[in-house]
Amino acid sequence: MWRIIHQFGSPPWVYRFCDKVIPWLMPITIGALLVGSVWGLLFAPTDYKQGDSYRIIYIHVPAAVVALAGYYVMALAGLVSLVWRVKLADTAMRAAAPIGAAYTAIALITGAIWGKPTWGAWWVWDARITSMLILFFLYVGVIALFEAYENKTVAARACAILSLVGTVNIPIIYKSVDWWYSLHQPASIKFTGSSAIDASMLYPLLGMIITFYALFALLMMLNLKQSLTEEYAQSAWLNKRLAA
Amino acid sequence: MHPKRKQRLIVALVIVVLSSVTIALITYALRGNINLFYSPSEVAAGKAPIDRQIRVGGMVVEGSVRRASDRLETRFNVTDFVHSVTVTYDGILPDLFAEGEGVVATGKLGANGVVTASEVLAKHDENYMPPEVAEALEKANAQGSMQ
Repeated sequence: MWRIIHQFGSPPWVYRFCDKVIPWLMPITIGALLVGSVWGLLFAPTDYKQGDSYRIIYIHVPAAVVALAGYYVMALAGLVSLVWRVKLADTAMRAAAPIGAAYTAIALITGAIWGKPTWGAWWVWDARITSMLILFFLYVGVIALFEAYENKTVAARACAILSLVGTVNIPIIYKSVDWWYSLHQPASIKFTGSSAIDASMLYPLLGMIITFYALFALLMMLNLKQSLTEEYAQSAWLNKRLAA
Repeated sequence: MHPKRKQRLIVALVIVVLSSVTIALITYALRGNINLFYSPSEVAAGKAPIDRQIRVGGMVVEGSVRRASDRLETRFNVTDFVHSVTVTYDGILPDLFAEGEGVVATGKLGANGVVTASEVLAKHDENYMPPEVAEALEKANAQGSMQ
């Protein structure tokens, strides 16, 4: 078990792992995105109250769910980098930040587009939406903080601390609709008991959530490979690999 | 575990715990301000300030919506099933506005207890279902209440 974990700290091993996984993960993810979008946008039934406008849920919810989960990926990499000083963990932390920021931006933008026809407003400063905006700033903050330091080891340490502190926000976003009065409705998908969303609409939604997770993993691996190529441009293992 | 790593792990965990406690205390202290709106019960209890911009949220009472014949002005009651507050609004209501649905109205509470709204937003619930299912549910409910 320790051996497997140690392998993930080795850049050549991770580089090879990415090279092996990307060729089959990419077509599967693109295919699933197409199938899921068509299923959700064309074949899922209309909603009894919102009509067709609810269909944006198939982008909005998966993006928001993975934006939250992605933050834990970044913070966990930060913790590993801080405690065990694994250089690859820094790279993974930096690779997750822009992807998470993009997911959060998608959730915020689709939320605004959805809010206008249903609530009557593009933006409301309620607890859910505001805490989601803070999540976006945290992701962008990690990117900016890393660029602000000349010494990249210090930069990585500062970013790791920022991402660890920011984990406070994740349960706040998740529970905000239950803790305070907000305009945003509570969660439709429930882990215990029956969901508040009909099965015919739930299955394409779950499919899209899994697909967005796969897309996150794919983008993460592409990002990692790119960073490793830059970092180890002078290394023998990389040049041997690129030449082969 | 290496003692140095152990120490760093403890430091990292202390950072997370301390920042969580800080944020928890701040949000607890400001809990009234984090709520987007006052409930009708809070308005009835006098917790909402008079003549200042506030938001009131709740369900539109069935049969309470009165529309003026010559203007856009609408008057309706908002309830949390304990107390209710009357809201007047002169403007275009969102599509999802209906009796028995949730709303959040922004406006000023007058001394007479009526909120003059400058904005009304529809608050929908977390239920999604196809129209046929909604119809079937309604039918089943109607039959259930007849028996």
